[in-house]
Amino acid sequence: MYTTEIKPQNKWYDIDFKAIWQYRDLLMLFVRRDFVAVYKQTVLGPIWFFIQPILTTVTFTFIFGNFAKISTDGIPPLLFYLSGLTFWNYFASCLTATSNTFVSNAGMFGKVYFPRLITPLSVVISNLIKFGIQFILFLVVFFYYWWTGAIQPNWTVVLLPIFVMMMAGLGLGFGILISSLTTKYRDFTFLVGFGVQLLMYASPIIYPFSILSEDLRFWLNVLNPMSSIIEAIKYGFLGEGVFSISNLAISATYMFVLLFVGIVTFHKVEKSFMDTV
Amino acid sequence: MNAITLENISKQYRLGQVGSKTMAADFKRWLYNLQGKEDPFAKIGETNDRSKKGSSEYVWALKDINFDVKQGEVLGIIGKNGAGKSTLLKILSRVTIPSTGKISIHGRMASLLEVGTGFHPELTGRENVFLNGAIMGMSKAEIKSKFDEIVDFSGVERYIDTPVKRYSSGMHVRLGFAVAAHLEPEILVVDEVLAVGDAEFQKKCLGKMKSVSGEGRTVLFVSHNMGAVKTLCNRGLLLENGTLTYDGNIDETVNRYLRINQSGDQTGKIELHKKGFGSGEALIKKIEMINHEGNISETTLYKEPIRIKIYVESSISVPTASIDIKISDNNGTILFHALNQYQNIPFSLHIGENVIELELENNLLPGNFMITPGIHNTATSLTIDMHENILAFEVIKAAKIATESYPWEWNLAPAKVDILKLK
Repeated sequence: MYTTEIKPQNKWYDIDFKAIWQYRDLLMLFVRRDFVAVYKQTVLGPIWFFIQPILTTVTFTFIFGNFAKISTDGIPPLLFYLSGLTFWNYFASCLTATSNTFVSNAGMFGKVYFPRLITPLSVVISNLIKFGIQFILFLVVFFYYWWTGAIQPNWTVVLLPIFVMMMAGLGLGFGILISSLTTKYRDFTFLVGFGVQLLMYASPIIYPFSILSEDLRFWLNVLNPMSSIIEAIKYGFLGEGVFSISNLAISATYMFVLLFVGIVTFHKVEKSFMDTV
Repeated sequence: MNAITLENISKQYRLGQVGSKTMAADFKRWLYNLQGKEDPFAKIGETNDRSKKGSSEYVWALKDINFDVKQGEVLGIIGKNGAGKSTLLKILSRVTIPSTGKISIHGRMASLLEVGTGFHPELTGRENVFLNGAIMGMSKAEIKSKFDEIVDFSGVERYIDTPVKRYSSGMHVRLGFAVAAHLEPEILVVDEVLAVGDAEFQKKCLGKMKSVSGEGRTVLFVSHNMGAVKTLCNRGLLLENGTLTYDGNIDETVNRYLRINQSGDQTGKIELHKKGFGSGEALIKKIEMINHEGNISETTLYKEPIRIKIYVESSISVPTASIDIKISDNNGTILFHALNQYQNIPFSLHIGENVIELELENNLLPGNFMITPGIHNTATSLTIDMHENILAFEVIKAAKIATESYPWEWNLAPAKVDILKLK
């Protein structure tokens, strides 16, 4: 017989992954909801997924390329900025959306039980779909410049799935950790708001890694583990940049630690967050 | 076989706002925890009487609750606002955890604290049925197989492909309850969800709940609708200020609940020390029920006149005041409303004590009733003081039979008798 026990405290390792699997239908329905609901009652609908990166890229090309004249390592500026933004946006949207899991879903969480981890997981997946669509746009631009011979991709491009997983892991881990902290102290919400924007400047999106010294690259990656991932992806697609195994290893460590700490904290908080949220 | 067992369930809440003080308390708790000591804040705390000012920042919303629910039992949980009913349901539904104690639940449980949880306004009714069903723990295949039944039960078929934000609140509730009604858990926890929807739909819901309990499933039901509780449940729990004060037969539990408002062993009268609802320039101090024998009593005989005496202490003089008395039944339905203006009787309040008496020809059928007295300022049409359902009394059956209230007349025309004549 199916037996549930409700006790004041659970052990930190007592995470019910089986229950998450049982609720997989809900996970997919949340993904669908997030995806469908966003562009309902808009005329352009999913086309907005393209408009956002295009306009940002054009703006960056003008400001950083034409006015500030920051080097792009000889890569066509349009492709240079678009590549950085497409990948960075996936991480940024995972992080911001998961970081308010508890606060924004309090109404629902206060009325019914289901494994809470479903919600941030659904955010990561629905953003993956959004990323997929924007990635198509990137590929179109990429193939065009490859065809004209402006860039020469590297074989490391095949590692892309791993890098995407690392970005998802970092966004999820960091996001759920912050969402657990915001249930009681809302201070962290402010931090995420402008923190994500600042972190973007601490990654090679508007400038190439090559203009930094090796030391600076190391410390930048310690500050923002996304930077070496973005740079490695750029190295793969654009053929220019820095592919640093050691920095990538640091990023991977970050991801595992953040995911572990995030899930454990999330699990500890989910049981009683309704009392403090 | 026990479906649910609760052992020493308590729940502590912190009052006030979260701020730097909370952080200090969290830090202290963490330090104690590191040293392996007990939570320093778990010991303090008072029972949860929301109307009294307490000294501690911590309150026990629930304190040492113990009970078992047998399989197939339909349990009604009643109590005043703030008695801990919702906290108990929240803990049972795993929305939050208890501070102490343990609960074992045997069987698949679904809880219905709200209908239509997780409905997304932009999605259509159809999409929301799937979403809501999944949130409640149904699989997609399960919902698919019951989809037609759900839509049929809800009665919003025409709107099923329209976004839910276009729905009326009634349709919203109907669709939500329809999904919930098709859950098939072994244990169902239901909070007051029948309060919404029209009469036809409420009847439908009650019928569904009855059939659910008839199928041998365990139901925990919280409601202020005493009529619904009495028809559905066979056992009752009474919660008062976070403690379980009665556990037993549902009729007795309801009767006890109706008497909570009366202080101590005084029956037929109540002394009030606070203002109720209203501006409070004058206060209702005391209410007495006087039966046909002229005694203050909580019981009166059927068909014997009763008198209700109200003592009002006023700090101002109100030349055009009005006074009213409502009598309602167990379900809170108002049966009777006496207002001095209905009969154009002038009424004024003067500074000091005012005593008002209402004499009432008693046509109430045997049963339990409650009195709601109120005084109002006619000039400003504001309520000065009012206490809802403050005094309970009982009309008991005496020599005269109840049917006297309904005069009847047979109409037996000879011709009709002929037709009915047996051959």
